[in-house]
Amino acid sequence: AICRPGGSKCRDLNYIRFILIQNRAGKTRLAKWYMQFDDDEKQKLIEEVHAVVTVRDAKHTNFVEFRNFKIIYRRYAGLYFCICVDVTDNNLAYLEGIHNFVEVLNEYFHNVCELDLVFNFYKVYTVVDEMFLAGEIRETSQTKVLKQLLMLQSLE
Amino acid sequence: MPAVSKGDGMRGLAVFISDIRNCKSKEAEVKRINKELANIRSKFKGDKALDGYSKKKYVCKLLFIFLLGHDIDFGHMEAVNLLSSNKYTEKQIGYLFISVLVNSNSDLIRLINNGIKNDLTSRNPTFMNLALHCIANVGSREMAEAFASQIPSILVAGDTMDSVKQSAALCLLRLNRTSPDLVPMGEWTARVVHLLNDQHLGVVTAAASLITTLAQKSPEDFKTSISLAVARLSRIVTSASIDLQDYTYYFVAAPWLSVKLLRLLQCYTPPEDAALRSRLTECLETILNKAQEPPKSKKVQHSNAKNAVLFEAIALIIHHDSEPTLLVRACNQLGQFLQHRETNLRYLALESMCTLASSEFSHEAVKTHIDTVINALKTERDVSVRQRAVDLLYAMCDRSNAKQIVAEMLSYLENADYSIREEIVLKVAILAEKYAVDYTWYVDTILNLIRMAGDHVSEEVWYRVIQIVINRDEVQGYAAKTVFEALQAPACHENLVKVGGYILGEFGNLIAGDSRSSPLVQFDLLHSKFHLCSVPTRALLLSAYIKFINLFPEVKTTIQEVLRSDSQLRNADVELQQRAIEYLRLSCIASTDILATVLEEMPPFPERESSILAKLKRKKGPGILPDIDDTRWNGNGNVEHSESSSPSLMADLLPTNRPRPSSSSPTIVVRCTFVTVLVNSRFVCKNNGVIFENQLLQIGLKSEYRQNLGRIYVFFGNKTSTQFLSFSSSVSVEALTLRSPQLNIHAKAVDPTVEGGAQLQQILNIECVSDFTDAPVLDIQFRYGGALQNIAVKLPVMLNKFFQPTEMKSQDFFQRWKQLGVPQQEVQTIFKAKHPMDTDVTNAKILGFGVALLDGVDPNPANFVGSGVIHTKSTQVGCLLRLEPNAQAEMYRLTLRTSRESVSQRLCDLLSDQF
Repeated sequence: AICRPGGSKCRDLNYIRFILIQNRAGKTRLAKWYMQFDDDEKQKLIEEVHAVVTVRDAKHTNFVEFRNFKIIYRRYAGLYFCICVDVTDNNLAYLEGIHNFVEVLNEYFHNVCELDLVFNFYKVYTVVDEMFLAGEIRETSQTKVLKQLLMLQSLE
Repeated sequence: MPAVSKGDGMRGLAVFISDIRNCKSKEAEVKRINKELANIRSKFKGDKALDGYSKKKYVCKLLFIFLLGHDIDFGHMEAVNLLSSNKYTEKQIGYLFISVLVNSNSDLIRLINNGIKNDLTSRNPTFMNLALHCIANVGSREMAEAFASQIPSILVAGDTMDSVKQSAALCLLRLNRTSPDLVPMGEWTARVVHLLNDQHLGVVTAAASLITTLAQKSPEDFKTSISLAVARLSRIVTSASIDLQDYTYYFVAAPWLSVKLLRLLQCYTPPEDAALRSRLTECLETILNKAQEPPKSKKVQHSNAKNAVLFEAIALIIHHDSEPTLLVRACNQLGQFLQHRETNLRYLALESMCTLASSEFSHEAVKTHIDTVINALKTERDVSVRQRAVDLLYAMCDRSNAKQIVAEMLSYLENADYSIREEIVLKVAILAEKYAVDYTWYVDTILNLIRMAGDHVSEEVWYRVIQIVINRDEVQGYAAKTVFEALQAPACHENLVKVGGYILGEFGNLIAGDSRSSPLVQFDLLHSKFHLCSVPTRALLLSAYIKFINLFPEVKTTIQEVLRSDSQLRNADVELQQRAIEYLRLSCIASTDILATVLEEMPPFPERESSILAKLKRKKGPGILPDIDDTRWNGNGNVEHSESSSPSLMADLLPTNRPRPSSSSPTIVVRCTFVTVLVNSRFVCKNNGVIFENQLLQIGLKSEYRQNLGRIYVFFGNKTSTQFLSFSSSVSVEALTLRSPQLNIHAKAVDPTVEGGAQLQQILNIECVSDFTDAPVLDIQFRYGGALQNIAVKLPVMLNKFFQPTEMKSQDFFQRWKQLGVPQQEVQTIFKAKHPMDTDVTNAKILGFGVALLDGVDPNPANFVGSGVIHTKSTQVGCLLRLEPNAQAEMYRLTLRTSRESVSQRLCDLLSDQF
């Protein structure tokens, strides 16, 4: 029961590095970064993620190794929702974290589609910040998040 | 367009976005954007003050333009102004702009921090959250300096709203990650732990993340969180699914919070308190039980959420590694998942079982699933799942199933994806060695590897098979026979030629009795591959040929003819040419005795951790590989260095003709030792000079010795006009490490770049611990024009360097001479002069050797008498010597007496080579 050297659960490594929403063509609909990258690096990451994720089909897992990390992703219609985490992190928790987020978006935008994310990009950031902050899951209750979003919506 | 009509609308923004989307080309888009930028700029510069709405709209447009990938060089000020608006929507856009376009412009940072400060103290929870989210998103040092001390009090204050607490906890977490030194620990930490008891599960969720991170850094301070986490977890897992209403996700109670609590517990060992411990065990059992219950929903969300908790619980069970029942139950559960229809679950079960295999409690249980895993290897469609199957087979391998697993991996290798072949090769090589009962199986396995995936067999793998064959007598004949047969294939991989060349060169004699593999047949077989091979392999083959000359005198003339041919002696490659010339010359002038000594069979290698394992670890990175290999790499042969059988000088100087497992290639080393043969004897009596030179590099040194300490200044001269990159130089004393170290050498690190024409200096500090024979080797590696250069040069550090001369009178000398009268203390040799017998030169050499020359001691003035003391850390050894030249016969007689036999012998060997 001793922490193995190099076992990352003993180090502070387990957090979301970034969240990406991309369409099949590789257009980014949301990019949220939780660690420092410079702009060129961000662009590279976006392209690499698109390349590894879009070649996979339904028979594949929803997880893919990515550099020293892994991507947990799920496809909804033409959109890929991707979360990059440490390799020792809990795959299914993040996979359902994505779905929880998508259900909130769906509720908030009444049947969400890609265009909602384009035209309301600044609101999508608000939704993300309610549910994920500092690379951690902040709030998981759809009821609570939607209530908060409606309250904000009502503000001038 | 659904979205345009929706929401609070910034109509201008929606129109602009539509325009951009309607652009038919990139040019049109750029044109439209430039038009908009000009418009915004003029609005911002205009005389008329903009209202908050317009400012918000334009800032939002700038943000959209930035997100499209265009540079934005203005508007920051307007964004900052929005922070002081008292309207939420305006503030929000201001904060968003700042979070996305972080700018370390110091003027603005001050203004931004001012805005944040106002909102943090506003007591308006919405504004406070905006400010906290901004800090958490940016996480800059300036913000940490300004707010790190303020946030803890917001977090633990009694009247803070729940949602603000959530944000404050995670904001603090971010600052702790980016600037831990600025986040003060204090009395708030105890109160943070109690947030695990909070009514609001959202607060608990955020607090659990913060506490986990803090506990990883200082576990002792957060130990109280264990009992709170267990209590909270217990309440969640035993709750009815409706109890937690908002936090129930597809009939699973608070799955994310459960996962976080289970992760927090993985920062600690199992609770010491018995009651707490049994409560935790109950929780884990409940989670395992639930996995067996019929699902409450057919939706994948339900099973995923449930299994997220289950896998984290199993991770905790494995982490504790203390409850055999739980471990075996976990294993059985995972076993069921191995055949689940969901690919995700099969993948995760394989991955998780890999760590279970390393526990002594569950190793056997894991092994029962071997057939399922092998089947996965053959049938899974996703390569990453197959990869996990390989990992698991590797992890579950032990002596009982090694043959089966290695065979399955080998057969998988034939069709394996290129991306994972090298890793499989490494794994097979490791398992084959680790679990080899008879080494014939090992040799067969490695040759199969080379046959099937030769391109993916790295140097480490084929070096290792050679090391093992050399160290184990019982397999040498078999290895020779097997490589000989494998080489018969019309097209065989170059790595096979390398192994074959090396092994036949060493042990070809063991199969030479059979006429089908007579010396000539062996040679012809090897040589038939020669012209298809790369330069390093050809160089290795040339070494095999010279070894053949020693093993089989009957093929000497054939091989000499080959060496003599123009394609060898005038080869464009300097390395090959030099080898051919040197080997040819050696075969012509050296007597059979010398040849036999120089080309003696390789001595056993020191047993040590396989470099293959190190390579696999490097490939996989830390934390991924199960720790089955924690036990030291341990072949079962015992190592006996052939030291006892009176090593000759030549044998001493030449034993580096071996594959160096770590870095340098064996082929180059052969040549370097040739250089150092001369170097070594030249440097016995002098301390400064050039010890190595080729077209690229010159190595010179200056050395100083004092008693048992020495310092060498090594100078590396780059003779080219190009940089040497990744330059490294280190000293290995591996031949010495079989016993306790006799020399301690510390090499100062050197600059990795050596400019063209430049000289680099390295200092080596040496301590002589006890008397020694083997000289240390300087290993130099660097990149020159893309090619990696490896050079190994013996350093001229010999025992006589640690001499201190002692003057003494004639009678003292004879008295001591008599005291050292035991036969073992005296060594005498008679040898032929190699150089003209000049008295002055001889005087200088003896002085250079390190002893004092004593005049008038010997009755015969033509004789030389010297004395000195060898200083080592452990002891001092007095030494007397006498050299008697016989000018007519051109012979010398050298006599040495010391109190230690090994010292007498070594000094005699060193000095007798000088005249």
